[in-house]
Amino acid sequence: MSSSAIEIAGVTKVYPGDNPVTALENIDLSIADGEFAALLGPSGCGKSTLLNLLAGFETVTSGKLQVYGAPVTAPGPQRAVVFQEAALFPWLNVWENVVFGPKVQGLAPEKYEAKARETLKLVGLENFAKHLPVQLSGGMRQRVGIARVLVMEPTLLLMDEPFGALDAQTRLTMQQLLLDVWEGLKKTVVFVTHDIDEAILLADTIYVMSARPGRIATRIPVEVPRPRNLDTLTDVHFNEMKKRIMHEMRADQH
Amino acid sequence: MSSTLTGQRGKRMALAACLPVLFVLTWEVLGRFDLLIAGLIPMPSAVLRAWWVWIAGAGGLSLNPYSGTWGANLWFSLQRVGEGYLLAIVLGIPLGVFIGWSRLAAQVVDPSIQWLRPIPITAWLPFSIALFGINEFGAIFLITLGAFYPIVVNTTQGARDVDKNLVRAARMMGAGGWALLRRVILPAALPSVFTGLRIGLGIAWTAVIVAEMVAVKSGLGYVLWDAYYVGRMDVVIADMVSIGLMGYISDRLVVFVESRLLTWRRLQSY
Repeated sequence: MSSSAIEIAGVTKVYPGDNPVTALENIDLSIADGEFAALLGPSGCGKSTLLNLLAGFETVTSGKLQVYGAPVTAPGPQRAVVFQEAALFPWLNVWENVVFGPKVQGLAPEKYEAKARETLKLVGLENFAKHLPVQLSGGMRQRVGIARVLVMEPTLLLMDEPFGALDAQTRLTMQQLLLDVWEGLKKTVVFVTHDIDEAILLADTIYVMSARPGRIATRIPVEVPRPRNLDTLTDVHFNEMKKRIMHEMRADQH
Repeated sequence: MSSTLTGQRGKRMALAACLPVLFVLTWEVLGRFDLLIAGLIPMPSAVLRAWWVWIAGAGGLSLNPYSGTWGANLWFSLQRVGEGYLLAIVLGIPLGVFIGWSRLAAQVVDPSIQWLRPIPITAWLPFSIALFGINEFGAIFLITLGAFYPIVVNTTQGARDVDKNLVRAARMMGAGGWALLRRVILPAALPSVFTGLRIGLGIAWTAVIVAEMVAVKSGLGYVLWDAYYVGRMDVVIADMVSIGLMGYISDRLVVFVESRLLTWRRLQSY
């Protein structure tokens, strides 16, 4: 247990109000250091809520939630978030967006500029540093969204359906990019998605969630060997996994 | 390519000019045929002549207050608008960002602003004269007050409507407090801020004219009322046109600054 990155025990999240909504009920989850975990489930299953709790954007109603042994109280650069719509600052160009984190943290430029250039190159945007987000395609914007968190060298990467708003072609490219980046870094990742293919392609472990109230229904280790690439999507292991997960998700609905 | 663009621009300007030109010509022709109420409404040519004297006529010892005094009076009004407007910006933008960002600030400050706002600046005149007397400060007080409301209200709106995910992203990257306000809330609110700045500038010009008519003895507003009293309608009209021109030019200036600062916004709308 010493190498666990995320420890969640008995976490419940209720949104108060005239009709209180239980978004998450009694969640137990343990994610190992360096694990790529996918939270898979239909909309309304609380997967984004769980991610927001990990990010520190929201607080738990009850239960224990720890990241690397410390309770989460506020958002911070160690728990980096990639948003679905990239959420770049539209008035800053690509370069300024990428160095935003180190800059507001008060680091000296010589401490982050080389790293930022290297990261921009890693996501293939080295020639777009001066472009404004509005001048980029959706996929390129999300590359910036990834680059700006990698620059901060976070211990945990939280991704909230980051490719959900992209067209199918671009999504495949971005998945390949993320695979390449992750193979190089082996950071702990929590990746929220409703796309089964995406979850299998990327993750080590898939946590299937069910809705109303949000619960973790099953934990499925992905037994597809790495390194993976887009060809993985059509191999035998993949289809077996997919069949099994679909079966479990269907069983869960009855 | 660029020649078609200038062609289009020329066409647009011609279209925009045709109504005013028609209006002024009709007015002049009516005057030539003695169809205007004589002495009350001077012809455009008479207005132009009076304006010219007002601008370039011999000043100094001349007994005519409408000879060569245009520049000085314009400068008085411009200075007052500039000072009052700057003060309104310096007070209004930070306060608006603060109210829009902090729920507590909104609860404490916003109601008072909403209660005071319906009192028109003209209603503040007697109070302002009582407080400051017949001098500069009364005028600047009115201009600041008038411009302050739209600036603070629009800035508040802008700061309140900032995309929640942008704030989350900034906090996730380590921005808090001051850095968050300056680097995220303010730039995100800027389009709204400029809406407030433009409305505020219009009110600042209204306020300066009202204040100069009553509370000070110089400037375009003072001349406007003074010229009316002595029956110089030609100067009155020249003065009105001068005010309109200044209002227009200063608004263009704000729009220019806006387009420089908000390039990202302009690109977004393509």
